[in-house]
Amino acid sequence: MSDDLLVARDVEVAFGAGKSLFGAVKASVKVLQGVSIRIGRAETVGIVGESGSGKTTLGRALLRLVDVTSGEIHFDGQDITRLPETAMRPIRRRMQLIFQDPMASLNPRHTIRSIVLEPMIFHGVASNQADAEARARAIFDRFSLPAACLDRYPHELSGGQRQRVGIARVALLAPDFVLADEIVSGLDVSTQAQALNLLKELSRDLGLSMAFISHDLSVIRAVCDRVYVLRAGRIVEEGPCEEVFASPKDEYTRALLDAIPLPRIDPDWLARTTGAGSAGDMDGAK
Amino acid sequence: MSAPILAISNLSAMSDRDRTPILRDVSLEVERGETRGLVGESGAGKSTIAKAILGILPRTVRVTGGQVRFEGADLLAMPAGPLRRLIGERIALIPQDPMTALNPGRRIEAQLTDGPRLWRGLDARAARTLSLKLLDEVHIRDPERVLRSFPHELSGGMRQRVLIAAAFALEPRLIVADEPTTALDVTVQKQILRLIRNMQSAHGTAVIFVTHNLGVVAQICDNVTLLFGGRVIEAGRTADLLEAPGHPYTRALLEACPRYDRPNAGLRPIPESVIANLRAELARARAPR
Repeated sequence: MSDDLLVARDVEVAFGAGKSLFGAVKASVKVLQGVSIRIGRAETVGIVGESGSGKTTLGRALLRLVDVTSGEIHFDGQDITRLPETAMRPIRRRMQLIFQDPMASLNPRHTIRSIVLEPMIFHGVASNQADAEARARAIFDRFSLPAACLDRYPHELSGGQRQRVGIARVALLAPDFVLADEIVSGLDVSTQAQALNLLKELSRDLGLSMAFISHDLSVIRAVCDRVYVLRAGRIVEEGPCEEVFASPKDEYTRALLDAIPLPRIDPDWLARTTGAGSAGDMDGAK
Repeated sequence: MSAPILAISNLSAMSDRDRTPILRDVSLEVERGETRGLVGESGAGKSTIAKAILGILPRTVRVTGGQVRFEGADLLAMPAGPLRRLIGERIALIPQDPMTALNPGRRIEAQLTDGPRLWRGLDARAARTLSLKLLDEVHIRDPERVLRSFPHELSGGMRQRVLIAAAFALEPRLIVADEPTTALDVTVQKQILRLIRNMQSAHGTAVIFVTHNLGVVAQICDNVTLLFGGRVIEAGRTADLLEAPGHPYTRALLEACPRYDRPNAGLRPIPESVIANLRAELARARAPR
Protein backbone atom coordinates (compact mmCIF):
# COMPACT_ATOMS: atom_id res chain seq x y z
CA MET A 1 0.00 0.00 0.00
CA SER A 2 1.76 3.07 -1.23
CA ASP A 3 -0.22 5.56 0.82
CA ASP A 4 1.02 4.12 4.10
CA LEU A 5 4.04 5.87 5.58
CA LEU A 6 4.87 3.37 8.28
CA VAL A 7 4.04 -0.31 8.20
CA ALA A 8 4.82 -3.00 10.76
CA ARG A 9 4.19 -6.56 9.64
CA ASP A 10 3.85 -9.48 12.01
CA VAL A 11 6.24 -7.97 14.51
CA GLU A 12 7.54 -9.96 17.43
CA VAL A 13 9.73 -8.50 20.17
CA ALA A 14 11.21 -10.71 22.86
CA PHE A 15 13.41 -9.62 25.74
CA GLY A 16 15.81 -11.49 27.94
CA ALA A 17 16.74 -14.39 25.71
CA GLY A 18 20.22 -15.82 26.06
CA LYS A 19 22.33 -17.54 28.62
CA SER A 20 22.70 -16.69 32.26
CA LEU A 21 26.06 -16.18 33.94
CA PHE A 22 26.42 -19.91 34.54
CA GLY A 23 25.36 -20.99 31.09
CA ALA A 24 21.78 -21.96 31.76
CA VAL A 25 19.51 -21.08 28.87
CA LYS A 26 17.06 -18.34 29.80
CA ALA A 27 13.67 -18.31 28.17
CA SER A 28 12.75 -15.04 26.53
CA VAL A 29 9.65 -13.02 27.33
CA LYS A 30 7.59 -12.16 24.28
CA VAL A 31 6.44 -8.60 24.67
CA LEU A 32 4.83 -8.34 21.24
CA GLN A 33 3.48 -11.17 19.12
CA GLY A 34 2.22 -11.03 15.55
CA VAL A 35 1.57 -7.31 15.67
CA SER A 36 0.77 -5.65 12.34
CA ILE A 37 -0.09 -2.00 12.07
CA ARG A 38 -0.03 0.65 9.37
CA ILE A 39 0.00 4.41 9.61
CA GLY A 40 -1.12 6.32 6.55
CA ARG A 41 0.23 9.67 5.40
CA ALA A 42 -1.25 12.51 7.44
CA GLU A 43 -3.06 9.95 9.51
CA THR A 44 -3.15 9.88 13.31
CA VAL A 45 -3.36 6.43 14.77
CA GLY A 46 -4.03 5.60 18.40
CA ILE A 47 -2.41 2.72 20.23
CA VAL A 48 -4.22 1.97 23.46
CA GLY A 49 -3.58 -0.57 26.16
CA GLU A 50 -2.93 -0.93 29.86
CA SER A 51 0.43 -1.17 31.59
CA GLY A 52 2.30 -4.21 30.34
CA SER A 53 0.32 -4.42 27.11
CA GLY A 54 3.44 -3.66 25.05
CA LYS A 55 2.31 -0.31 23.68
CA THR A 56 5.51 1.52 24.52
CA THR A 57 7.63 -1.33 23.12
CA LEU A 58 5.61 -1.21 19.91
CA GLY A 59 6.29 2.51 19.62
CA ARG A 60 9.99 1.98 20.16
CA ALA A 61 10.06 -0.83 17.59
CA LEU A 62 8.43 1.46 15.02
CA LEU A 63 11.25 3.96 15.56
CA ARG A 64 13.89 1.22 15.49
CA LEU A 65 14.80 1.99 19.09
CA VAL A 66 14.39 -1.69 19.94
CA ASP A 67 15.12 -4.48 17.50
CA VAL A 68 12.36 -6.84 16.49
CA THR A 69 12.90 -10.58 16.88
CA SER A 70 10.90 -11.24 13.74
CA GLY A 71 8.66 -9.35 11.35
CA GLU A 72 9.30 -6.28 9.24
CA ILE A 73 9.12 -2.53 9.57
CA HIS A 74 8.81 -0.35 6.48
CA PHE A 75 9.12 3.42 6.45
CA ASP A 76 8.15 5.35 3.33
CA GLY A 77 8.45 2.23 1.21
CA GLN A 78 11.86 1.23 2.55
CA ASP A 79 12.48 -1.83 4.69
CA ILE A 80 14.22 -0.48 7.80
CA THR A 81 13.98 -3.64 9.90
CA ARG A 82 17.71 -4.38 9.80
CA LEU A 83 19.06 -1.12 8.42
CA PRO A 84 22.46 -0.29 9.99
CA GLU A 85 22.60 2.83 12.16
CA THR A 86 24.56 4.84 9.58
CA ALA A 87 21.84 4.23 7.03
CA MET A 88 19.18 4.99 9.64
CA ARG A 89 20.60 8.41 10.43
CA PRO A 90 18.98 10.39 7.60
CA ILE A 91 15.70 8.65 8.40
CA ARG A 92 15.97 9.53 12.09
CA ARG A 93 15.17 13.19 11.48
CA ARG A 94 12.01 12.16 9.68
CA MET A 95 10.72 10.05 12.57
CA GLN A 96 10.55 11.87 15.88
CA LEU A 97 9.46 11.10 19.39
CA ILE A 98 7.65 13.28 21.92
CA PHE A 99 8.31 11.97 25.38
CA GLN A 100 5.97 11.18 28.21
CA ASP A 101 7.70 13.25 30.84
CA PRO A 102 9.13 16.50 29.55
CA MET A 103 10.98 17.06 32.81
CA ALA A 104 12.92 13.85 32.32
CA SER A 105 13.50 14.26 28.59
CA LEU A 106 14.78 17.85 28.55
CA ASN A 107 18.38 18.07 29.73
CA PRO A 108 18.22 20.02 33.00
CA ARG A 109 21.65 21.58 32.43
CA HIS A 110 20.88 23.01 29.02
CA THR A 111 18.92 26.14 28.31
CA ILE A 112 15.73 25.78 26.32
CA ARG A 113 17.59 27.57 23.50
CA SER A 114 20.22 24.89 23.12
CA ILE A 115 17.63 22.12 23.60
CA VAL A 116 15.57 23.51 20.75
CA LEU A 117 18.28 24.81 18.39
CA GLU A 118 20.87 22.02 18.53
CA PRO A 119 18.75 19.32 16.86
CA MET A 120 17.93 21.72 14.01
CA ILE A 121 21.61 22.35 13.38
CA PHE A 122 22.60 18.70 13.85
CA HIS A 123 20.03 17.52 11.31
CA GLY A 124 20.80 20.39 8.95
CA VAL A 125 17.27 21.75 9.06
CA ALA A 126 18.54 25.25 9.81
CA SER A 127 21.51 26.62 7.89
CA ASN A 128 22.98 28.53 10.83
CA GLN A 129 22.38 29.68 14.39
CA ALA A 130 20.48 32.81 13.36
CA ASP A 131 18.21 30.84 11.06
CA ALA A 132 17.53 28.27 13.80
CA GLU A 133 16.82 31.04 16.30
CA ALA A 134 14.36 32.74 13.97
CA ARG A 135 12.51 29.47 13.37
CA ALA A 136 12.37 28.73 17.08
CA ARG A 137 10.99 32.19 17.87
CA ALA A 138 8.30 31.82 15.24
CA ILE A 139 7.08 28.50 16.59
CA PHE A 140 7.30 29.67 20.22
CA ASP A 141 5.08 32.56 19.26
CA ARG A 142 2.59 30.20 17.69
CA PHE A 143 2.65 27.94 20.76
CA SER A 144 2.08 30.94 23.10
CA LEU A 145 5.50 30.38 24.66
CA PRO A 146 7.20 33.66 25.59
CA ALA A 147 10.49 34.13 23.71
CA ALA A 148 12.11 34.69 27.11
CA CYS A 149 11.66 30.94 27.69
CA LEU A 150 14.61 30.37 25.37
CA ASP A 151 16.98 31.64 28.07
CA ARG A 152 15.43 29.54 30.81
CA TYR A 153 16.25 26.08 32.09
CA PRO A 154 13.62 23.31 31.96
CA HIS A 155 12.87 23.47 35.70
CA GLU A 156 11.95 27.13 35.40
CA LEU A 157 9.01 26.38 33.11
CA SER A 158 5.57 25.09 34.05
CA GLY A 159 4.58 21.53 33.12
CA GLY A 160 2.42 22.76 30.26
CA GLN A 161 5.21 24.98 28.92
CA ARG A 162 7.72 22.13 29.07
CA GLN A 163 5.36 19.89 27.15
CA ARG A 164 4.94 22.58 24.50
CA VAL A 165 8.72 22.98 24.27
CA GLY A 166 8.93 19.22 23.69
CA ILE A 167 6.39 19.49 20.88
CA ALA A 168 8.05 22.59 19.41
CA ARG A 169 11.45 20.92 19.33
CA VAL A 170 10.03 18.04 17.35
CA ALA A 171 7.92 20.21 15.04
CA LEU A 172 10.98 22.31 14.13
CA LEU A 173 12.65 19.26 12.58
CA ALA A 174 9.80 18.96 10.09
CA PRO A 175 9.44 15.21 10.56
CA ASP A 176 7.10 12.98 8.55
CA PHE A 177 6.20 10.81 11.49
CA VAL A 178 5.82 11.62 15.17
CA LEU A 179 5.36 9.15 17.97
CA ALA A 180 3.66 10.65 21.02
CA ASP A 181 3.95 8.34 24.01
CA GLU A 182 1.49 9.18 26.83
CA ILE A 183 2.35 12.81 26.42
CA VAL A 184 -0.59 14.24 28.32
CA SER A 185 -1.07 11.76 31.15
CA GLY A 186 0.54 13.94 33.81
CA LEU A 187 -1.06 17.22 32.76
CA ASP A 188 -4.05 19.15 34.07
CA VAL A 189 -7.08 19.02 31.79
CA SER A 190 -6.63 22.62 30.70
CA THR A 191 -2.99 22.12 29.68
CA GLN A 192 -3.89 18.74 28.23
CA ALA A 193 -6.49 20.31 25.97
CA GLN A 194 -3.95 22.91 24.87
CA ALA A 195 -1.25 20.34 24.03
CA LEU A 196 -3.65 18.04 22.18
CA ASN A 197 -5.06 20.90 20.13
CA LEU A 198 -1.54 21.96 19.16
CA LEU A 199 -0.75 18.45 17.98
CA LYS A 200 -3.95 18.26 15.99
CA GLU A 201 -3.15 21.58 14.34
CA LEU A 202 0.41 20.51 13.55
CA SER A 203 -0.60 17.22 12.00
CA ARG A 204 -3.11 19.05 9.84
CA ASP A 205 -0.81 21.90 8.80
CA LEU A 206 2.33 19.84 8.21
CA GLY A 207 0.58 16.71 6.96
CA LEU A 208 2.22 14.73 9.76
CA SER A 209 1.61 11.08 10.41
CA MET A 210 1.27 10.34 14.09
CA ALA A 211 1.09 7.40 16.41
CA PHE A 212 -0.50 8.35 19.66
CA ILE A 213 0.12 5.98 22.55
CA SER A 214 -2.21 6.30 25.51
CA HIS A 215 -4.12 4.38 28.12
CA ASP A 216 -6.89 6.96 27.95
CA LEU A 217 -9.50 6.18 25.31
CA SER A 218 -11.07 9.61 25.66
CA VAL A 219 -7.80 11.22 24.60
CA ILE A 220 -7.43 8.76 21.71
CA ARG A 221 -10.96 9.49 20.56
CA ALA A 222 -10.25 13.21 20.58
CA VAL A 223 -7.18 13.12 18.33
CA CYS A 224 -7.02 9.87 16.35
CA ASP A 225 -8.48 8.66 13.08
CA ARG A 226 -7.98 4.97 13.74
CA VAL A 227 -7.18 2.96 16.83
CA TYR A 228 -5.39 -0.29 17.70
CA VAL A 229 -6.22 -1.95 21.01
CA LEU A 230 -3.30 -3.85 22.45
CA ARG A 231 -3.56 -6.47 25.16
CA ALA A 232 -0.72 -8.63 26.44
CA GLY A 233 1.36 -8.02 23.33
CA ARG A 234 -1.35 -8.74 20.75
CA ILE A 235 -3.75 -6.54 18.89
CA VAL A 236 -7.26 -7.48 19.93
CA GLU A 237 -9.15 -4.88 17.93
CA GLU A 238 -8.52 -2.22 15.31
CA GLY A 239 -10.56 0.13 13.21
CA PRO A 240 -11.69 3.70 12.64
CA CYS A 241 -12.39 5.47 15.93
CA GLU A 242 -16.07 6.07 15.16
CA GLU A 243 -16.65 2.35 14.67
CA VAL A 244 -14.57 1.01 17.53
CA PHE A 245 -16.02 3.50 19.99
CA ALA A 246 -19.61 3.12 18.81
CA SER A 247 -19.62 -0.67 18.71
CA PRO A 248 -16.50 -2.27 20.19
CA LYS A 249 -16.28 -5.90 19.09
CA ASP A 250 -13.74 -7.20 21.54
CA GLU A 251 -14.77 -7.68 25.13
CA TYR A 252 -11.53 -6.13 26.35
CA THR A 253 -12.16 -2.93 24.37
CA ARG A 254 -15.61 -2.78 25.90
CA ALA A 255 -14.14 -3.20 29.38
CA LEU A 256 -11.61 -0.44 28.72
CA LEU A 257 -14.33 1.91 27.50
CA ASP A 258 -16.64 1.15 30.36
CA ALA A 259 -13.86 1.75 32.88
CA ILE A 260 -13.50 5.40 31.89
CA PRO A 261 -15.28 7.64 34.36
CA LEU A 262 -17.06 10.39 32.44
CA PRO A 263 -17.91 13.75 33.98
CA ARG A 264 -21.63 13.02 33.97
CA ILE A 265 -23.95 11.50 36.54
CA ASP A 266 -24.30 7.76 35.95
CA PRO A 267 -25.58 6.11 39.15
CA ASP A 268 -24.92 2.57 37.90
CA TRP A 269 -21.40 3.12 36.64
CA LEU A 270 -19.55 2.08 39.78
CA ALA A 271 -21.47 -1.17 40.18
CA ARG A 272 -21.38 -2.09 36.49
CA THR A 273 -18.87 -4.76 35.52
CA THR A 274 -18.02 -5.84 32.02
CA GLY A 275 -17.19 -9.44 31.33
CA ALA A 276 -13.53 -9.22 30.41
CA GLY A 277 -12.64 -7.12 33.43
CA SER A 278 -9.10 -5.99 33.85
CA ALA A 279 -5.85 -7.68 33.11
CA GLY A 280 -6.42 -9.67 36.27
CA ASP A 281 -5.55 -7.50 39.20
CA MET A 282 -7.95 -9.43 41.39
CA ASP A 283 -5.48 -12.30 41.66
CA GLY A 284 -3.32 -12.83 44.67
CA ALA A 285 0.26 -11.66 44.75
CA LYS A 286 1.94 -11.51 41.39
CA MET B 1 -28.37 17.04 59.97
CA SER B 2 -25.99 16.16 62.75
CA ALA B 3 -22.86 18.19 63.32
CA PRO B 4 -20.34 17.73 60.53
CA ILE B 5 -17.35 15.50 61.20
CA LEU B 6 -15.01 18.01 59.66
CA ALA B 7 -15.57 21.74 59.42
CA ILE B 8 -12.94 23.96 57.85
CA SER B 9 -13.76 27.62 58.23
CA ASN B 10 -12.06 30.60 56.61
CA LEU B 11 -8.75 28.80 56.40
CA SER B 12 -5.99 30.98 54.97
CA ALA B 13 -2.33 30.14 54.54
CA MET B 14 0.68 31.59 52.83
CA SER B 15 4.16 30.57 51.86
CA ASP B 16 6.63 31.48 54.57
CA ARG B 17 9.31 32.20 51.98
CA ASP B 18 7.74 34.68 49.61
CA ARG B 19 4.46 35.36 51.42
CA THR B 20 2.38 34.30 48.43
CA PRO B 21 -1.10 33.18 49.45
CA ILE B 22 -1.66 29.41 49.22
CA LEU B 23 -5.16 29.19 50.70
CA ARG B 24 -7.61 32.06 50.82
CA ASP B 25 -10.56 31.92 53.15
CA VAL B 26 -11.40 28.28 52.45
CA SER B 27 -14.50 26.85 54.11
CA LEU B 28 -15.94 23.38 53.70
CA GLU B 29 -17.80 20.78 55.73
CA VAL B 30 -17.94 17.01 55.59
CA GLU B 31 -20.82 15.05 57.08
CA ARG B 32 -20.67 11.55 58.49
CA GLY B 33 -20.42 9.01 55.66
CA GLU B 34 -20.20 11.69 52.97
CA THR B 35 -17.74 11.70 50.09
CA ARG B 36 -16.56 15.21 49.40
CA GLY B 37 -14.49 15.86 46.28
CA LEU B 38 -11.70 18.39 46.55
CA VAL B 39 -11.03 19.35 42.97
CA GLY B 40 -8.71 21.69 41.14
CA GLU B 41 -5.76 21.89 38.81
CA SER B 42 -2.15 22.01 40.01
CA GLY B 43 -1.59 24.86 42.43
CA ALA B 44 -5.25 25.07 43.42
CA GLY B 45 -4.44 24.26 47.04
CA LYS B 46 -6.16 20.88 47.32
CA SER B 47 -3.10 19.07 48.67
CA THR B 48 -2.45 21.86 51.19
CA ILE B 49 -5.97 21.40 52.57
CA ALA B 50 -5.43 17.64 52.76
CA LYS B 51 -2.16 18.19 54.62
CA ALA B 52 -3.79 20.63 57.03
CA ILE B 53 -6.40 17.99 57.91
CA LEU B 54 -3.71 15.35 58.43
CA GLY B 55 -1.53 17.67 60.52
CA ILE B 56 1.38 17.38 58.12
CA LEU B 57 1.62 20.91 56.73
CA PRO B 58 5.22 21.63 55.75
CA ARG B 59 7.01 24.23 57.86
CA THR B 60 7.16 26.53 54.85
CA VAL B 61 3.38 26.96 54.95
CA ARG B 62 2.12 29.42 57.52
CA VAL B 63 -1.56 29.36 58.50
CA THR B 64 -2.72 32.96 58.77
CA GLY B 65 -6.28 32.41 59.86
CA GLY B 66 -9.23 30.09 60.20
CA GLN B 67 -9.94 26.75 61.80
CA VAL B 68 -9.92 23.06 60.98
CA ARG B 69 -12.45 21.46 63.33
CA PHE B 70 -12.59 17.69 63.49
CA GLU B 71 -15.42 16.34 65.64
CA GLY B 72 -15.44 19.70 67.35
CA ALA B 73 -11.73 19.92 68.17
CA ASP B 74 -9.67 22.63 66.47
CA LEU B 75 -6.76 20.70 64.97
CA LEU B 76 -4.69 23.82 64.37
CA ALA B 77 -4.83 24.81 68.04
CA MET B 78 -4.06 21.39 69.54
CA PRO B 79 -0.69 20.56 71.11
CA ALA B 80 1.40 18.12 69.09
CA GLY B 81 1.00 15.01 71.28
CA PRO B 82 -2.82 14.86 71.54
CA LEU B 83 -3.05 15.99 67.88
CA ARG B 84 -0.92 13.08 66.75
CA ARG B 85 -3.02 10.65 68.78
CA LEU B 86 -6.32 12.07 67.49
CA ILE B 87 -5.25 11.98 63.85
CA GLY B 88 -3.55 8.60 64.21
CA GLU B 89 -6.69 7.02 65.60
CA ARG B 90 -9.46 8.73 63.69
CA ILE B 91 -8.16 10.07 60.40
CA ALA B 92 -6.48 7.96 57.74
CA LEU B 93 -4.83 8.63 54.41
CA ILE B 94 -5.01 6.73 51.16
CA PRO B 95 -1.99 8.12 49.31
CA GLN B 96 -1.46 8.71 45.62
CA ASP B 97 1.52 6.54 44.90
CA PRO B 98 1.30 3.12 46.49
CA MET B 99 4.96 2.43 45.78
CA THR B 100 6.41 5.34 47.71
CA ALA B 101 3.87 5.09 50.51
CA LEU B 102 4.94 1.58 51.44
CA ASN B 103 8.37 0.96 52.92
CA PRO B 104 10.20 -1.16 50.31
CA GLY B 105 12.29 -2.90 52.95
CA ARG B 106 9.51 -4.16 55.22
CA ARG B 107 7.02 -6.95 54.66
CA ILE B 108 3.36 -6.02 54.25
CA GLU B 109 2.55 -7.67 57.58
CA ALA B 110 4.81 -5.31 59.53
CA GLN B 111 3.37 -2.29 57.74
CA LEU B 112 -0.27 -3.30 58.16
CA THR B 113 0.02 -4.14 61.84
CA ASP B 114 1.87 -0.94 62.84
CA GLY B 115 -1.28 1.15 63.30
CA PRO B 116 -3.37 -1.37 65.26
CA ARG B 117 -0.42 -2.21 67.54
CA LEU B 118 0.44 1.41 68.20
CA TRP B 119 -3.01 2.95 68.56
CA ARG B 120 -5.17 0.01 69.64
CA GLY B 121 -2.54 -1.76 71.71
CA LEU B 122 -3.15 -5.07 69.93
CA ASP B 123 -0.52 -7.79 70.29
CA ALA B 124 1.16 -9.25 67.23
CA ARG B 125 -1.26 -12.15 66.91
CA ALA B 126 -4.41 -10.01 67.18
CA ALA B 127 -3.00 -7.43 64.78
CA ARG B 128 -2.23 -10.20 62.32
CA THR B 129 -5.77 -11.58 62.55
CA LEU B 130 -7.15 -8.09 61.94
CA SER B 131 -4.85 -7.63 58.92
CA LEU B 132 -5.98 -10.92 57.38
CA LYS B 133 -9.60 -9.89 57.81
CA LEU B 134 -8.94 -6.50 56.22
CA LEU B 135 -7.06 -7.98 53.26
CA ASP B 136 -9.97 -10.31 52.71
CA GLU B 137 -12.31 -7.31 52.82
CA VAL B 138 -10.36 -5.59 50.04
CA HIS B 139 -10.69 -8.76 47.93
CA ILE B 140 -7.16 -10.01 48.17
CA ARG B 141 -7.39 -13.71 47.49
CA ASP B 142 -4.30 -15.00 49.21
CA PRO B 143 -3.93 -12.75 52.28
CA GLU B 144 -1.37 -15.01 53.97
CA ARG B 145 0.95 -14.74 51.02
CA VAL B 146 0.45 -10.98 50.67
CA LEU B 147 1.33 -10.50 54.35
CA ARG B 148 4.66 -12.22 53.71
CA SER B 149 5.35 -10.17 50.57
CA PHE B 150 7.46 -7.10 50.09
CA PRO B 151 5.82 -4.17 48.26
CA HIS B 152 7.76 -4.75 45.03
CA GLU B 153 6.29 -8.24 44.77
CA LEU B 154 2.79 -6.79 44.36
CA SER B 155 1.22 -5.06 41.37
CA GLY B 156 0.17 -1.40 41.60
CA GLY B 157 -3.48 -2.31 42.09
CA MET B 158 -2.59 -4.82 44.81
CA ARG B 159 -0.46 -2.26 46.63
CA GLN B 160 -3.33 0.21 46.53
CA ARG B 161 -5.63 -2.47 48.00
CA VAL B 162 -3.15 -3.02 50.82
CA LEU B 163 -3.12 0.71 51.54
CA ILE B 164 -6.91 0.83 51.57
CA ALA B 165 -6.91 -2.04 54.06
CA ALA B 166 -4.39 -0.11 56.16
CA ALA B 167 -6.52 3.04 56.00
CA PHE B 168 -9.59 1.24 57.35
CA ALA B 169 -7.65 -0.73 59.98
CA LEU B 170 -8.49 1.62 62.85
CA GLU B 171 -12.10 2.30 61.80
CA PRO B 172 -11.35 5.98 61.15
CA ARG B 173 -14.13 8.55 61.00
CA LEU B 174 -12.52 10.34 58.09
CA ILE B 175 -10.30 9.19 55.24
CA VAL B 176 -8.34 11.58 53.09
CA ALA B 177 -7.88 9.95 49.69
CA ASP B 178 -5.19 11.91 47.85
CA GLU B 179 -5.48 11.11 44.13
CA PRO B 180 -5.55 7.41 45.03
CA THR B 181 -6.13 6.17 41.47
CA THR B 182 -4.09 8.58 39.37
CA ALA B 183 -1.22 6.12 38.94
CA LEU B 184 -3.45 3.17 38.00
CA ASP B 185 -4.81 1.75 34.75
CA VAL B 186 -8.45 2.63 34.10
CA THR B 187 -9.84 -0.85 34.75
CA VAL B 188 -7.91 -1.09 38.01
CA GLN B 189 -8.97 2.46 38.86
CA LYS B 190 -12.59 1.42 38.57
CA GLN B 191 -12.08 -1.56 40.88
CA ILE B 192 -10.33 0.62 43.44
CA LEU B 193 -13.05 3.29 43.31
CA ARG B 194 -15.69 0.62 43.80
CA LEU B 195 -13.71 -0.81 46.69
CA ILE B 196 -13.36 2.56 48.42
CA ARG B 197 -17.08 3.16 48.01
CA ASN B 198 -18.03 -0.30 49.37
CA MET B 199 -15.64 -0.09 52.32
CA GLN B 200 -16.88 3.38 53.08
CA SER B 201 -20.54 2.41 53.21
CA ALA B 202 -19.77 -0.72 55.22
CA HIS B 203 -17.81 1.30 57.79
CA GLY B 204 -19.75 4.57 57.66
CA THR B 205 -16.58 6.54 57.00
CA ALA B 206 -16.49 10.04 55.54
CA VAL B 207 -14.05 10.54 52.66
CA ILE B 208 -12.33 13.60 51.30
CA PHE B 209 -11.42 12.68 47.77
CA VAL B 210 -8.65 14.84 46.32
CA THR B 211 -8.52 14.64 42.53
CA HIS B 212 -8.17 16.61 39.35
CA ASN B 213 -10.32 14.16 37.41
CA LEU B 214 -13.90 15.40 37.03
CA GLY B 215 -14.94 12.00 35.73
CA VAL B 216 -13.86 10.36 38.97
CA VAL B 217 -15.68 13.09 40.91
CA ALA B 218 -18.88 12.45 38.98
CA GLN B 219 -18.81 8.77 39.82
CA ILE B 220 -17.79 8.78 43.47
CA CYS B 221 -18.42 12.12 45.19
CA ASP B 222 -21.68 13.25 46.77
CA ASN B 223 -20.49 16.83 46.98
CA VAL B 224 -17.68 18.83 45.47
CA THR B 225 -15.53 21.80 46.37
CA LEU B 226 -13.78 23.28 43.35
CA LEU B 227 -10.66 25.34 43.99
CA PHE B 228 -8.53 27.73 42.00
CA GLY B 229 -5.55 29.66 43.32
CA GLY B 230 -6.27 28.54 46.88
CA ARG B 231 -9.83 29.83 46.82
CA VAL B 232 -13.17 28.02 46.69
CA ILE B 233 -14.69 28.80 43.31
CA GLU B 234 -17.80 26.69 43.56
CA ALA B 235 -19.17 24.08 45.95
CA GLY B 236 -22.27 22.00 46.04
CA ARG B 237 -23.87 18.70 45.10
CA THR B 238 -21.92 16.89 42.40
CA ALA B 239 -24.95 16.59 40.14
CA ASP B 240 -25.68 20.31 40.37
CA LEU B 241 -22.10 21.28 39.69
CA LEU B 242 -21.84 19.03 36.63
CA GLU B 243 -25.25 19.67 35.18
CA ALA B 244 -25.66 23.36 36.00
CA PRO B 245 -22.21 24.79 36.74
CA GLY B 246 -22.59 28.20 38.31
CA HIS B 247 -19.13 29.59 37.65
CA PRO B 248 -17.60 30.17 34.20
CA TYR B 249 -14.42 28.38 35.36
CA THR B 250 -16.39 25.24 36.28
CA ARG B 251 -18.01 25.29 32.87
CA ALA B 252 -14.67 25.82 31.11
CA LEU B 253 -13.06 22.98 33.05
CA LEU B 254 -15.86 20.62 32.05
CA GLU B 255 -15.51 21.63 28.41
CA ALA B 256 -11.77 20.98 28.48
CA CYS B 257 -12.22 17.30 29.41
CA PRO B 258 -11.84 14.96 26.45
CA ARG B 259 -14.85 12.64 26.29
CA TYR B 260 -15.07 9.52 24.19
CA ASP B 261 -18.85 9.74 24.25
CA ARG B 262 -18.85 13.26 22.80
CA PRO B 263 -15.79 13.50 20.53
CA ASN B 264 -16.66 16.95 19.25
CA ALA B 265 -17.51 18.47 22.60
CA GLY B 266 -14.41 18.27 24.81
CA LEU B 267 -10.88 19.58 24.48
CA ARG B 268 -11.78 23.27 24.51
CA PRO B 269 -8.88 25.06 26.16
CA ILE B 270 -9.94 27.23 29.06
CA PRO B 271 -10.49 30.74 27.61
CA GLU B 272 -7.88 33.25 28.72
CA SER B 273 -10.67 35.64 29.73
CA VAL B 274 -11.92 33.10 32.31
CA ILE B 275 -8.48 32.80 33.86
CA ALA B 276 -7.94 36.57 33.74
CA ASN B 277 -11.25 37.14 35.56
CA LEU B 278 -10.32 34.57 38.19
CA ARG B 279 -7.00 36.28 38.80
CA ALA B 280 -8.73 39.63 39.07
CA GLU B 281 -11.13 38.14 41.62
CA LEU B 282 -8.20 36.82 43.61
CA ALA B 283 -6.44 40.18 43.52
CA ARG B 284 -9.59 41.95 44.72
CA ALA B 285 -10.03 39.47 47.55
CA ARG B 286 -6.45 40.03 48.67
CA ALA B 287 -6.77 43.82 48.86
CA PRO B 288 -7.45 45.07 52.40
CA ARG B 289 -11.09 45.64 53.07
